[in-house]
Amino acid sequence: MSNMEKLRFYFDFPFVRYAFIVGILIALCSSLLGVTLVLKRFSFIGDGLSHVAFGAMSLSATLPVMIKKYALAWSGDEKLSPRMQSVVNWFGNLNDMYIVLPVTLICAVLLLRTGQNTKIKGDAAVAMLSVSALAIGYLLMNRYPSRANISGDVCSTLFGSTSIITLKQEDVRLCIIMSIVVLLTFILFYNKIFAVTFDENFIKAAGVKANAYNLLIAVITALIIVLAMNLVGSLLISALIIFPALSAMRVFKSFRAVIICSAVISVLCAAFGIIASILYSTPVGSTIVAADLAVFILFSIVSAVTGRVRK
Amino acid sequence: MVCKNASLGYEDGIVAENLDFTIKKGDYLCILGENGSGKSTLIKAILGLKSQVSGTIEWCGDVKKNEVGYLPQQTVVQKDFPASVREIVRSGCLAKCGLRPFYSKEEKELAENTMKQLEIDKLAKRCYRDLSGGQQQRVLLARALCATRKMLLLDEPVTGLDPKAQTDLYELIAKLNREGITIIMVSHDIVSAVKYASHILHIGGRKQLFFGTTEDYAKSAAGKLFIGTEMIENE
Repeated sequence: MSNMEKLRFYFDFPFVRYAFIVGILIALCSSLLGVTLVLKRFSFIGDGLSHVAFGAMSLSATLPVMIKKYALAWSGDEKLSPRMQSVVNWFGNLNDMYIVLPVTLICAVLLLRTGQNTKIKGDAAVAMLSVSALAIGYLLMNRYPSRANISGDVCSTLFGSTSIITLKQEDVRLCIIMSIVVLLTFILFYNKIFAVTFDENFIKAAGVKANAYNLLIAVITALIIVLAMNLVGSLLISALIIFPALSAMRVFKSFRAVIICSAVISVLCAAFGIIASILYSTPVGSTIVAADLAVFILFSIVSAVTGRVRK
Repeated sequence: MVCKNASLGYEDGIVAENLDFTIKKGDYLCILGENGSGKSTLIKAILGLKSQVSGTIEWCGDVKKNEVGYLPQQTVVQKDFPASVREIVRSGCLAKCGLRPFYSKEEKELAENTMKQLEIDKLAKRCYRDLSGGQQQRVLLARALCATRKMLLLDEPVTGLDPKAQTDLYELIAKLNREGITIIMVSHDIVSAVKYASHILHIGGRKQLFFGTTEDYAKSAAGKLFIGTEMIENE
C-alpha cells in the first residue's frame, strides 16, 4: 500500500477525521496562550499543571476500584449493596474530564496566586506540587489497579495515546466545545491579555482589573492542558505550549505577528505529526513534539543568519 | 489631591508615617528620598494599588482615582518583549474600553496623535526590544498619555539612560507640564529635581522631612543637607 492509499484508508474512518480536527484545534489553542505564558515567565506552570492533570487522571481511573474496596471492607459483605454498586458504576462511567478539569483548574488558580507574590516560593511550589501529583498518581494506579496493564495505562497518560484512534467519541465532542470556548475567549480578550502580559502594574493603575485577567489566563491554561492530555500526554504538553511561541519570537517583532506565526507553526506541526504517526505508526505525541523541535531549530538558524546580515 | 496624615506600611511594619502634602493642578512634584524610604509604597498608595494604614488620600477636582497615567520602572519581562511600538501605545487606551473587546477609531487616533506628539511616530512598527533606553521611555510615556491627560506619575524615569537621553526626557516632561499636565516624579537626581520641579516632597527615615515649593526647599535644613552632600559627591 502506498502512503497516499494508506492515508486515504485511514481518513475514511470518521473517528480518524475527528481526531485530526481535535489535534489541530488543541495545537491552535495551546500555541495562542503559549506566547503569553512564555513572556510572563510562566512556562513552568504549564509543566506543573500537566503533572497535576496526570495525578487527577489516575485518581479518576482508580476511584471506582477504591470505593468498591472500602465499601466491601466496611460492610463486611461479599457483595456490594445495590446502592453502593450504583455509586461505583456512576464513577466508572464518568468521563475522566469531569474530575481532571476541576482539580487542574483549582491548582492553576493556586499556582498563579503564589507565583505573583514571591518568585522563588512560586517556583518551589510548582515543583513540589508537580512531583507530588506524579508520585501520588502512580501510587494510586499501583495500589488500586483498575485494569490489568498498569504500565500501559501510565505510559499512555504520560506520553499520550499511542494512536489517536483510541480517542473516544465523547472526548472528541468535549474537545471541540472547549477549544471553541478557548478560541473565542482569546479573541475577545486579546487586547487585555496583551496588556496584562506586557505590564500588569500600568493597567492596574489605570483601574483595569488585572487580577481578573490573570485568573482568566490561569483558567484557560488549565483548560488547554486538560485538552492536550489526550493528544500528547501530560509529559509533553509543555512542548506544545512553549515551542511554537519560542520559534515565532525568534523571527517576528510584533505581538500580533508572533501570535499568528506561533499558531500557524503549531497547526502545521500538529497536522504533520498526526499524518506521520499514521504513516509510520509512531506515537502521536512524540511525533508532534519532534516536529515542533525541528521548526524551533530551523527558526533559530534563520534568526541567527538574518540577524548577522542586518548587522 | 490631598494626602492627610497618611501612614503607609505592610503587615509587618510601617514604612513611612505622617505624610502630609497637597498636589494642585499643573504642579510638578518631585518625590525625593533614599532607597527604602517608602517611595515605592507611596506610589502604590497614590495609584490605589495599596491602601494606607491610617490617614486619608483624597482626590478632589477633576482628577479621580485611577486617572493617573503611570510610567513604571522597567521590568525584566519588558526588556525582550516582542511587541511593536504601536501595540504598546494603544494598550494605554485599555481602561477606556471597559468590557469592549477592541479599540475604537477614536482610541486608535489618540494613540497615533500621541506618538506624533512625542516624535516616535516613525518608530510605530519597530519592535520595542530593539529600541534604545530613551526611546523605550518615550513609548511608555506615550502609553501613559493615552490613559490620561491630567496627571502623570513617573517612577525614576531616567534610570539607566545616558546623560543626553536624560536631559531630553527631562525637557520633554517639563514641556508636558507646561501644557497643563500635573506631574509627580520619583527621583534620586536632586539636581534635576531642583531645576525642573515646582514642589519637592522629601521623605527619609520613615517620615516626611520636607514638603513645599522648590525655592523653600533649597533654603530649608533638609534641602541644604541633601543638596550639600550631593554637591560634594559630584565634586
